Amino acid sequence: MTMSVMDHTSPNGKQTVSEFMQKYKVGAFFQKYTMTLALVVVTIVFYFWPGKQGQILQPSMITGLIAENAYVFVLATGMLLCILTGGNIDLSVGSVVCFTAAVGCTMMASGANMWLTVLVMLLIGLAIGAFQGFWIAKLKVPAFIATLAGMYAFRGFTNVVLNGLRVDITNQSFLDVFGNGKTSYIPDVMRTWFPGLNDTFTKDNAFLSGLIGPNFVTKFNVTCMCIALIAAVVFVVFKVRKILVQKKLGISQSVPGQIVSTVLIAALTVWLGFQLACYRGFPMVLIWIALVLGIYAYVTTKTAMGRHLYAVGGNEKATALSGVKTRNVYWFAYANIGLLAGLAGILTAGRAKGIDPVYGEGYEMDAIASCFIGGASAYGGTGKVSGMIIGALLMGVINKGMMIVGVDANYQKVVKGIVLLIAVMFDVLSKRQKR
Amino acid sequence: MAKILLEMKNITKTFPGVKALDNVNLQVEEGEIHALVGENGAGKSTLMNVLSGIYPHGTYEGDIIYDGQVCRFSNIKDSEKLGIVIIHQELALVPEMTIGENMYLGNECGHKYAIDWNKTYSEADKYLKMVGLSESSKVQVKTIGTGKQQLVEIAKALAKKARLLILDEPTSSLNEEDSRALLDLMLSFKKQGMTMIIITHKLNEVSYVADKITVIRDGTTIETIDNHGKEPVSEERIIKGMVGREMTNRFPKREGVKIGDVEMEVSHWTVHHPLYPERKVVDDVSLYVRKGEVVGIYGLMGAGRTELAMSIFGQSYGVNFSGELKLNGKHVKLKKSEADAIRHKIAYVTEDRKGNGLVLSQSIKVNTSLANLDAISSHTVIDGDKEYAVAEEYREKLRIKTPSVEQLVGNLSGGNQQKVLLAKWMFAEPDVLLLDEPTRGIDVGAKYEIYCIINDLAAAGKCVVLISSELPEVLGMSDRIYIMNEARIVGEMKAEEATQENIMQVILRSGRGA
Repeated sequence: MTMSVMDHTSPNGKQTVSEFMQKYKVGAFFQKYTMTLALVVVTIVFYFWPGKQGQILQPSMITGLIAENAYVFVLATGMLLCILTGGNIDLSVGSVVCFTAAVGCTMMASGANMWLTVLVMLLIGLAIGAFQGFWIAKLKVPAFIATLAGMYAFRGFTNVVLNGLRVDITNQSFLDVFGNGKTSYIPDVMRTWFPGLNDTFTKDNAFLSGLIGPNFVTKFNVTCMCIALIAAVVFVVFKVRKILVQKKLGISQSVPGQIVSTVLIAALTVWLGFQLACYRGFPMVLIWIALVLGIYAYVTTKTAMGRHLYAVGGNEKATALSGVKTRNVYWFAYANIGLLAGLAGILTAGRAKGIDPVYGEGYEMDAIASCFIGGASAYGGTGKVSGMIIGALLMGVINKGMMIVGVDANYQKVVKGIVLLIAVMFDVLSKRQKR
Repeated sequence: MAKILLEMKNITKTFPGVKALDNVNLQVEEGEIHALVGENGAGKSTLMNVLSGIYPHGTYEGDIIYDGQVCRFSNIKDSEKLGIVIIHQELALVPEMTIGENMYLGNECGHKYAIDWNKTYSEADKYLKMVGLSESSKVQVKTIGTGKQQLVEIAKALAKKARLLILDEPTSSLNEEDSRALLDLMLSFKKQGMTMIIITHKLNEVSYVADKITVIRDGTTIETIDNHGKEPVSEERIIKGMVGREMTNRFPKREGVKIGDVEMEVSHWTVHHPLYPERKVVDDVSLYVRKGEVVGIYGLMGAGRTELAMSIFGQSYGVNFSGELKLNGKHVKLKKSEADAIRHKIAYVTEDRKGNGLVLSQSIKVNTSLANLDAISSHTVIDGDKEYAVAEEYREKLRIKTPSVEQLVGNLSGGNQQKVLLAKWMFAEPDVLLLDEPTRGIDVGAKYEIYCIINDLAAAGKCVVLISSELPEVLGMSDRIYIMNEARIVGEMKAEEATQENIMQVILRSGRGA
């Protein structure tokens, strides 16, 4: 019996493999999660790099990864909406980031209130975005050109505002809320509220010390861990509710697959919270990033405007004939990325504790690359916030990893270029196979 | 018996998961016109792609024997070398280039690095004359009409020294007059000894032009019918082979529908061309539609039917509008806004479902709700469950064949896409539906289902304006028919008194008068 099976399969080994792949939808799985798998593989490679084992996933590295890429997440979110409308990009964001930061830093240097400054920075970003959007949406200037003009103009304005010199931020509370210093973390309020915790989290507590590690246990940030646990639970509850509703409606989606992905994401959240807690706790910038990603994941999937973004990118004429004011969709996308550039300006200034006239150069390209690596179509109409997050993380991990390994800074750029090219090639190839 | 020029033996072609062709056999004699008919997705185009080398040898099973030799084409160039030339359904011309440049694109005259333009244009002119075009080959393709562009495609094929010409739905975007001219051209080529294969949905063309008819259904050859009898093969006979059953009535009867009051009335409606504002595309048109009535608008392509419908629908086409629109007897001041038209319960179902109708990269669900998102959302937040329920409801109602409403519309067949488009506009809950060529390019079975939907709409008291360039369809479906020619309404008839002949007469007479 066994022999005969062997006889059948060995000459036709290929066929059985392809049968297996069809049965378990291996192809579809790889196609959907190409970049996620790439992220995992890249992380593993750096994790086991000879001589640098485990460094990439050190708590301080993870915290650094988030802080350094805050602007990428924020800008790429805005960029994604522009790209959705039909592969349109915004080249001006780098300059707008620097300009809003320049205005903000100058204001604070002359003693302006921190929250007033934040508001002004966001409004300036929004105004610039709306202005560029007006040219693009109403006067039909190609987005590429309108924002190229903005890229030059606002770099120039930055220099005017700053007189070509650096301006430092001395407002400590601004740095606490938006910055990246030792104080820019959510304080461990749990330990303040429950002082008993200080006695529990000691090296002498064999269980906790074993679980967390003796080096981290004394300053383990309990609040951060709690936030992560709550987030994971809330996520699981929402997912389970969604799966139940889908089941009730008879929507045929793979339930096991959804459960696996839910468990994985929840586990990742807890793991991330644990790592952050081992270092300094929950970084403030992560609040802003999470807020932006959450809001826009919702906007793109659940709101009419989100739907219109996809529809315009998919078929503008059909969308117009469905009664949608398509020009306003463009306007929204560009005004929105201006607003987010304002926020990125705040985060950039906070992290650098000031602003230099050259900050923000190339930011637009990082944002664009993240979107395309994350599976957004260069022709518009497809792309997700979740994909963009993976794209941004992949770039971030590669940057960090190369730094750890010690790759020459010049070659780092070469590697980034190659990654972008390969990522998009995979995307194009996997889509071609489908036809 | 003439010599067999082409024989395709036991062709089997599988795509991952689907058997597109299953032991298909085709024999084409030299000097005949062979028609290939079958429903959408039956495998006609796949078969022709195998023949022309688009699917290279090795990706299919079976043999192609051409001119007595077994052929193994690895690309289109190989098959073209032997004179097998395929003209695809979608025109493959570059609008900005001249006719001559287009004809020799990829096949340039002279040396690769030194194109002989004099030879190009003189040769091109020669072939243009053969297809009866008087245009110079130095004219840009975008300046000539679709009918002439189709002729350019044929001239291009002739320039490749075609012996076996394959035409994939050559008349799908042509009006009746141009179609007839094209078919006559095919007949004259036949006299000169050319062999042709024509793929078409229009069965009257098949019986007019074909010597033999091969019917393909679900990837297998069903039969080959000889069209040399005394009587031409009847359309019913061909349909029987295509759908596998007798279709006694191509147009479902509409019974017991009460026709009510006038719902929409348009008077002295005039619209000008958006690029050439001095040109009228709709000229002093007046018409009305009653509740529960299906009104046909027949006219040749370019008669201004689409322009009329789109201009009524929120002035989405044209400039310098004048005229009056009344809905339910009340004068309506329509703004230049599609959203406004939808609010006034007018829907325009486009003739160009891929270009103007559907977002192909999105799901059935998303497309269904697109024109009426307000109905499934509160404060612009979409209720996903409600949306799903709506899409499911229409999927069942219109019998859209799909595993799930999450399926991308781009993956559906033409007939199902058309149903999604109809679902989208039915969900917008209009009182007046302007249906522009609702059955273009879809197969007989799907057509019948669309007609049933139209009847249901009329039975529900909606006004249906059916724009079509297929006369039998207009005659079979309408209560009343307007005839449009050269931007004007040139006639109006009750369905009972309308025939193909007197409608064509009205058009011809109006043409002379103008």
